[in-house]
Amino acid sequence: MTAAPLTIAVTGLNATDNPGPGVGVIRALRAHPDFRGRIVGLAYDSLDPGIYARDLVDDVFLMPYPSQGLAAFSARLAEVHTRVPFDVVIPTLDAEIPTFIDLEPQLRKLGIGSFLPSQELFDLRSKAHLAHLGEIANINTPATRVIADPNDLRQLEGKLEYPFWIKGAYYGAIEVHDVHEAVSAYHRMVAKWGVPVIAQAGVDGDEIDVVAVGDGQGGMVGAVPMRKRLLTDKGKGWAGIAIRDPEIEELSRRYFKATKWRGPCEIEMMRSRSGELHLLEINPRFPAWCYLSAGAGMNLPWAVAQLAAGRDVAPMHDYEVGKMFVRISLDQIVPLSDFESIASTGELHHSTTGDAS
Amino acid sequence: MTIPQKLRDLAISETGFLFDPYTGSTFSANEPGLTVLEGLREGLSVADIAARLREAFDVPAAADVERDVGEFVHLLRRSGLVPEEFTA
Repeated sequence: MTAAPLTIAVTGLNATDNPGPGVGVIRALRAHPDFRGRIVGLAYDSLDPGIYARDLVDDVFLMPYPSQGLAAFSARLAEVHTRVPFDVVIPTLDAEIPTFIDLEPQLRKLGIGSFLPSQELFDLRSKAHLAHLGEIANINTPATRVIADPNDLRQLEGKLEYPFWIKGAYYGAIEVHDVHEAVSAYHRMVAKWGVPVIAQAGVDGDEIDVVAVGDGQGGMVGAVPMRKRLLTDKGKGWAGIAIRDPEIEELSRRYFKATKWRGPCEIEMMRSRSGELHLLEINPRFPAWCYLSAGAGMNLPWAVAQLAAGRDVAPMHDYEVGKMFVRISLDQIVPLSDFESIASTGELHHSTTGDAS
Repeated sequence: MTIPQKLRDLAISETGFLFDPYTGSTFSANEPGLTVLEGLREGLSVADIAARLREAFDVPAAADVERDVGEFVHLLRRSGLVPEEFTA
């Protein structure tokens, strides 16, 4: 017996040169042979490229930014649900995850499932708590200092060797070589993401990123590690390759066991020249490259959609090592009426067919 | 000789394209290089591999093939495909 089709709402349609993960998540969902449902895109800007991908999203709705308050966000979600009832929501942007965590009970009452960590866990994996996370999971982490005042940077002499990294609370990392660069980077990060800012020692080596899903009980639903093969000038992966290393898998399992993380995440680590793995950060959502998991045969976005719908998913182990992603920029041709619809009414419907359950 | 796990797991195609599944790194090797790699994976000694090279390729009599094999192994060490302590 096949399960009923799901209508799945996905955020993060900003598939720019620093892409949000939504388009990758949607492509993975659609790639699954059992997918027969409908995709509802939730966007924040009328020029988010994923809005106009008519082969990916059936319906799109503009959302207020979470910074406009829980009430406005919640009201809009409820309104979207009356227009196109959806079964599951997969948020994909760091800044909106706390809002979706807050709304989880309310969404459940509306019959909308999600698969997210608790707020406590979300906070634990923040960059500011990385060292503590490393301790409880017994994972090496680079020396990290939380900076709330630029004068703190002057106190780092002798404690953190240059060059090190200044990181924003949510996104962004700037390598700094002296205190002047550090102060400048601090102000840039505060202007963009607010306080705190994190100063983190550099680890020389190869970066490895893992897209993974935790079952919320200490187990790992699945994980696909990837090594970037090509970077953009913003340091974003433009090409990457699926790898397999028992040590990386073991570290990932240790993370899930220690935290009981629930939902998708991206584990960023560095293998130092001496061969040690260091945890750099945990991103609390799918990475933009998550379509590789589907391409390599371990469809993690599909697994999260099933878990969010309350369905069982057995742990997954196999994927095709050596499968690559190579990103491409394409120009979408968009009828003015599509732009008009999203800009003036806040919604766009590419498809009137399909099961909107 | 113990054959390192990484060497066992190295994906080698007939074209000489090599893929290290642990790191995602790729390399290319020519025919003599492939012969050396195959020999190492079979656990042959440097002398045995050199003999196989002399048999398979038109090698000048004065060539120091053992030294060439040693340099290739050094290259494998530098590329992280065999451990630092590995010797054939």
